[in-house]
Amino acid sequence: MSLDAFITEETIEGADDGPLADRTVAVKDNISTEGVRTTCGSAMLDDYVPPYDATVVERLKTAGATVVGKTNMDEFGMGTTTETSAFGPTKNPVDESRVPGGSSGGSAAAVAAGEADLALGSDTGGSIRCPAAFCGVVGIKPTYGLVSRYGLVAYANSLEQIGPIAPSVEEAAELLEVLAGPDERDGTTRDATDHGTDYDYAAAADGDVDGLSIGVPTELLDGADEAVVETFWDAIDELESQGASYHEVTLPSVEHAVEAYYVIAMSEASSNLARFDGVRYGESGDADGNWNESFASAREEGFGEEVKRRVLLGTYALSAGYHDKYYKKAQDARAWVKQDFDEALSEADVLASPTMPVPPMKRGESLDDPLTMYLADANTTPVNLANLPAISVPAGDTDDGLPVGLQLVGPAFGEKTIIRAGSALA
Amino acid sequence: MSETPVDPDEVRHVADLARIDLDEDEVDRFTVQFADILSYFDALDDVPEVEAEADLVNVMRPDEVREGLSQEEALRNAPETEDGYFKGPSVS
Repeated sequence: MSLDAFITEETIEGADDGPLADRTVAVKDNISTEGVRTTCGSAMLDDYVPPYDATVVERLKTAGATVVGKTNMDEFGMGTTTETSAFGPTKNPVDESRVPGGSSGGSAAAVAAGEADLALGSDTGGSIRCPAAFCGVVGIKPTYGLVSRYGLVAYANSLEQIGPIAPSVEEAAELLEVLAGPDERDGTTRDATDHGTDYDYAAAADGDVDGLSIGVPTELLDGADEAVVETFWDAIDELESQGASYHEVTLPSVEHAVEAYYVIAMSEASSNLARFDGVRYGESGDADGNWNESFASAREEGFGEEVKRRVLLGTYALSAGYHDKYYKKAQDARAWVKQDFDEALSEADVLASPTMPVPPMKRGESLDDPLTMYLADANTTPVNLANLPAISVPAGDTDDGLPVGLQLVGPAFGEKTIIRAGSALA
Repeated sequence: MSETPVDPDEVRHVADLARIDLDEDEVDRFTVQFADILSYFDALDDVPEVEAEADLVNVMRPDEVREGLSQEEALRNAPETEDGYFKGPSVS
């Protein structure tokens, strides 16, 4: 496996029959698999073996899928390139000198290279859509609450969702059908049938975009790479030729989405990752000192630099004197982003943008400058702040042959709308 | 460069709150990077106050005893255990 898409290759057999009986699925390594180690791409959990399955893994098994391994990822999901993994970077199968995107880079690379038919990723600020775009495959970030997070090792609970990665929209929709639906073990799950829809996602992949109204937020094109923007408009032209229409919309709030996202995600991370103290699991701090010294030593050893950076910045944003300045303002920005999206979606069926403002970076290019890496998430993070569903579908390639993703955002529980629209392209 | 003052002592203080030891190189790098990142976050000052109705519903269930992990399963990943308990460092 020269791409290093997997951290652990191990076969987990599912039921004999079911909708996924003949399919192989790669599972991101922050999703718990009973008896199979689950590292989150971190040295901290190098030999952690969960005693239970995540709900989505149970559902895969019941659906007959064969899990083929646990995929590489940015440590605890914290990255946009899969380079912050303690197990080394994954290569992009389209161009091995480039990153596959992140944080679910191993999952997208495995699907793009045919090492698995389908994959599970998790998306906190773009971690399914970014690698799907960079590897030229399809990824869906579901509406917040559509898919159970039970057994997903938490990074930022209020933002993240598990979702499918697949070669085509129809296959991604088939996998979403298996994953979606309420779970009594995750109190934030909601039943789509209470929200005026159903779970027949695969049937929605009929490619019918006749009469579809597409809003294009101008803010999400500003500052994007020229080759990306060109490919994006080609895809919109293609949708138009199939009967869709587009109009420009403005979402002034999204100018603040990246900073709001990072303040909220880092704050939640600083709390979530407090559990890694080397006592119940993880690397033991072997300091001879007291609790605090032992924890601090275990966490220095077990966490990589990006994780330390985010936990520290989150601690800072929540600390006395700074809470109102950062965390509270970020929550205001989140509410503003939600309002903007609701308004724009009252006059359009979907909102379209490039998934990523840039083509896949060269490996090693982004690690020294964290802020620049954060800014690459400009188009994906607003969707998590607004709790909405979004799909990334291949829009075409740049002249250099690098994949560009088209992101389509729908209203809450509008999965069928974005699946139908996306299936006109892939 | 940033207007947000961040000095090495502040980085050490936050690291202490977060219970993460840092080496001196990390303190130096984080001091520079945090100034950069925090000054970018300062743009949140321009965000208006937004009245948002939180769309929250309590999810309740009967408090019934049900099967959970066995003690052995719960302890399986602990680096150190003693007599069926987690073993941690000394408290003082």
